[in-house]
Amino acid sequence: MSESLALEARNITKAFGPVQALNDVSLGLRKGEIHALVGENGAGKSTLMNIIDGILRPDAGDILINGRKADIASPAQAQRLGIGFVHQEIALCPDITVAENISMAATNHRRAFLMNYAETREHARAALAGLGDVDPDSKAGDLSISEQQIVEIAKALTLDCSILILDEPTAALTEREAGKLFQIMARLKQRGISIIYISHRMAEIFDHCDRVTVLRDGRHVSTRDVAQTDPEDIVRRMVGRHLGDLYPAKNRASATADVMLAIEGLCDGQRFSDVSFSLRKGEILGIAGLIGAGRTEIALSLCGLRPISSGKVHLEGRDITPASYPQSIAAGVVYLSEDRKGAGVFVDLPIAANISALAVEKVSGRSGFVIPSRERAQAARLGAALKLKYGSLDDAVSTLSGGNQQKVAIAKLLSVRPKVIVLDEPTRGVDVGAKAEIHRILRDLAESGTGIIVISSELPELIGLCDRAIVIREGRIAGEVEGSAMTEEEIIRLASGVGRKDGREA
Amino acid sequence: MSTMDEISGSAPHIRGGRSAGWRGLGNMRELGLVLIILALCAVMSFASPYFLTWTNFRAMLLSFSIEGIVVVGMTVLLIVGAIDLSVGSVVCFSMVVGGFFFLAGLDPWSASLLAIAASAMIGVFMALCVTRIGLHSFIVSLAFMVIVRGLCLAITGGTPLSLFSLPASFKFIGQGNIYGIPVVIIIFAVVVAIFDFLLRRATVFRKVFYTGSNEKAAQYSGIRTDRVKFFCIVLCATLAGVAGVIYMARFGAATPTFGLGMELNIIAAAVIGGASLKGGSGSILGAILGMALLSVVSSSLILLDVSPYWQDTIRGLILLAAVSFDHVLHNRRMAGAPRPAGQ
Repeated sequence: MSESLALEARNITKAFGPVQALNDVSLGLRKGEIHALVGENGAGKSTLMNIIDGILRPDAGDILINGRKADIASPAQAQRLGIGFVHQEIALCPDITVAENISMAATNHRRAFLMNYAETREHARAALAGLGDVDPDSKAGDLSISEQQIVEIAKALTLDCSILILDEPTAALTEREAGKLFQIMARLKQRGISIIYISHRMAEIFDHCDRVTVLRDGRHVSTRDVAQTDPEDIVRRMVGRHLGDLYPAKNRASATADVMLAIEGLCDGQRFSDVSFSLRKGEILGIAGLIGAGRTEIALSLCGLRPISSGKVHLEGRDITPASYPQSIAAGVVYLSEDRKGAGVFVDLPIAANISALAVEKVSGRSGFVIPSRERAQAARLGAALKLKYGSLDDAVSTLSGGNQQKVAIAKLLSVRPKVIVLDEPTRGVDVGAKAEIHRILRDLAESGTGIIVISSELPELIGLCDRAIVIREGRIAGEVEGSAMTEEEIIRLASGVGRKDGREA
Repeated sequence: MSTMDEISGSAPHIRGGRSAGWRGLGNMRELGLVLIILALCAVMSFASPYFLTWTNFRAMLLSFSIEGIVVVGMTVLLIVGAIDLSVGSVVCFSMVVGGFFFLAGLDPWSASLLAIAASAMIGVFMALCVTRIGLHSFIVSLAFMVIVRGLCLAITGGTPLSLFSLPASFKFIGQGNIYGIPVVIIIFAVVVAIFDFLLRRATVFRKVFYTGSNEKAAQYSGIRTDRVKFFCIVLCATLAGVAGVIYMARFGAATPTFGLGMELNIIAAAVIGGASLKGGSGSILGAILGMALLSVVSSSLILLDVSPYWQDTIRGLILLAAVSFDHVLHNRRMAGAPRPAGQ
C-alpha cells in the first residue's frame, strides 16, 4: 500500500504557542491522484502544506516521499524532492517577463555570468505548452489573474515536480478560466503527477478530484473517495455541525417591489458603456460576468470611485450621480472591495479603528476628537450583530481569520447605515461557515430595506444568494436572469456570448 | 433578534474596563526605550560623575528640544507614509528669512511669522509635487533640500546674518528661563504634549494613520488621501519653520549652512521611536524617546572622551542596533502568535 503513495504525512503535530494547529494528522497521496484537502480556515490546511513544503518544521511526525522518510528543511529542499507549491497569493515579479519569472529558480542555480535570454524564452515556451496561451515575453504584471496562475503552475512544473500543491487556485478565477485549469490538472494527472488540491468549492471537488480529506480544528476527520460521499456530508464534516440550507431563503416579494436604485446609461468611455439596470427594494441583485468584463469597474463608477463620462444614478428618485466616493457615502451608497487585504481593511490597525474608518466623525465629539468609548461601543455593537469573533477590539485586524476580517470590512460599511451596499466578491477566501453567515447577514440587510448588489465569480453563490442577476459581457449588459431562468448554463451563455439569442434586456 | 435590529439597536455593555489603547504594541516599544535610556544613564552615572547632574541633563534637553519640534512633524509624515529630507534646509531657510526681514526693518515677531509662512509655502510646493504630479516624497524633498539650501545661500550672500540687535523680549524665547527652566524646553514640552494628544485622539490625525496603513483602503473608506498627505507635508515644513525661528532667537544669528545633516538625525529618532518607513505606525512619545536616546549616547561619548572622529560611527551603529533589536523582537512576537488561517 505504502509503496504506491507519492507522499505520506504521518502523525504530524504542530503548535504555535498555545494554539495546536495540527494534532496527529496523517495524509496519504497516491501516485497520479487529485486529492482534495478541505477544511474551514484555521483547520490546519495551510500549516500542513507549509510543513510539506519545508516552510515550517513539524513538532512531531514524519513526511515520506515515495515511501522514504524525508527531512524537508526548506522550500528549496522540497523542490529538490519534487514538490511544487502554487500558493493562493500569486507571487510573481510583476515587472519582469513571464519567461524570466518561470526560470527564476533556474537562474538562481545558474553558474554562467550572463543570462541567456533565448534559452530562457525556449524553456518558458516549453513549460507553458499545453497549459495556456500566454506570451512568454509579456510582463507578468500585465497578465490577468488567471494567466498569472498559469504562469505559477508552469513555474512549479519546470522544477520537475511529481507532487503539485494547489492552494485555492480558483479563488480568483471565473468559471470558464477554472474550467481551463481543470483540463490542465487532468493532463498533469495523466503524466503521473499527484496533486493536492485545496478548495472551498464543493462542485469542483466532486467534479475533478479522486479523493477528499477533511481537516477540522487541526485534526484529521476523514478521507473518502468522492464517489462514496456527497457535498452535504463533506460540509457537515468540515463544520462539525449541520449547516441547514446552504443559502438563506429568497425574497419572492422583491420581484414586484418598487425600484430603489436606478442606473441609467452609465459610460466611462473605456471599459463599459450604456449600462442601465435597477435595484428593487428588499432585493439582492447579482452582477455576473467573466473577469475583465467590467463588473468591478461598473461597481466602482456607480459609487464615485471611478470617473464616468455619462450616465445617471438615481436613489429613491433623487439624482445622486456621485463625483467622488465621499459624495456617494453621503448619499448612502457604499462599496466593499474585492481585494480585502489590499483595499478592504487596515490589517495593522485595531478592529475598532477599522470599523470607524468610513466615518470617524460619527465616533468623534463636536470638537474633532475621537471619543474612544463611542468608537468601542460602535465596534462592539456591529461586531455583535455580525457575530464577529475577536479577542479584544484593540487587536490588529491581522489577528483575525479571513472570514472575520471580511466581517470587519462589512461592519465598517454598516457604520454609516447605508441605503445601498455594493459588494465585490464578498466571500472570496472565506471558509464555508463564515460564508453562510455572510450570506445570512446580506439577506437580513436586504429584508430590512438595505439594497444589496453582489458581484461574484462563483456561480453557485450568485444563484443561491441573489433574487435576480444581470450579466456583463465586454462592458455591456448581456442580459438579465431571474427565478428559474437563473441557471449556471444561462449565465455562462450570456457571459461568454455563445449561442446568444441577441436581445439585450436591461 | 435579526442582524438588523442589533445593528441599529443601542450599544451593548462593553466587557472589560480597559482603556482604549489605540497604539497597541507601540506602548511596549516606548517602555523598552525608557528602560534602555535608564540603563544607559545608570551605567554612565558610574562612569562619569558629571553625568547625573542637572547641568548635564539641562544641556541634553536643550540640545534636542528645538530639533524635537521638527521630529514631531517628521513622525506625522512617516506615519502617513511620506518622508521629508528637506527639513534641515527649511529650518535654516526660516532662520534666514526671519533674519532678512528683521534686518530690513520689520519687528522680529512679524519677521518670524513671515518666516514660518514662507516655510509653510515650501511645504505647499512639495505637497503639490507629491499629490498633483504624483512624485514620491523622497525625491521631491531631496530636490527641495538642495533648492532651499540654495535659497539660503542666495538670500544671505553666503555669509551669516548677524542679529545681535534682536530685542531682549524676542531673544527670551531662545535664551530665557522661567523658574530656572529654559523657555525652549517649555515650548518643546508643550508642542510634544499637544501633538501626542492630537495624534492619538483627533479625527484628522486618525485619517493620517488610515492613509499610511493602507492608502487604497483609506480611499475606499471615502478618505481623500491626497488632502491628508498634503496636510502632513505642510505641517512638517511649518514645524521646521517654527524651529528655525526659535533657533534664530537662540543664536542671535542666521547661518546659511545651519542644519546640514539635521534631517538624518531627525528621521533616525522617529524610526528608533517606532515610526515605520512604510507608514501606518509611529508615535510622538516614541520619537522623542528616540531623540533622547541619541542625545544620551552623544553626551556619554563626549563625557567618556571618545574621539570625535569615532562618535558618528558609534552613533550609527547604535541606530542600527536599536532598529534591528526592535525588528527581531517584533518578528518573534508575530511568529509566536497564532497566524490568521489561510495564509
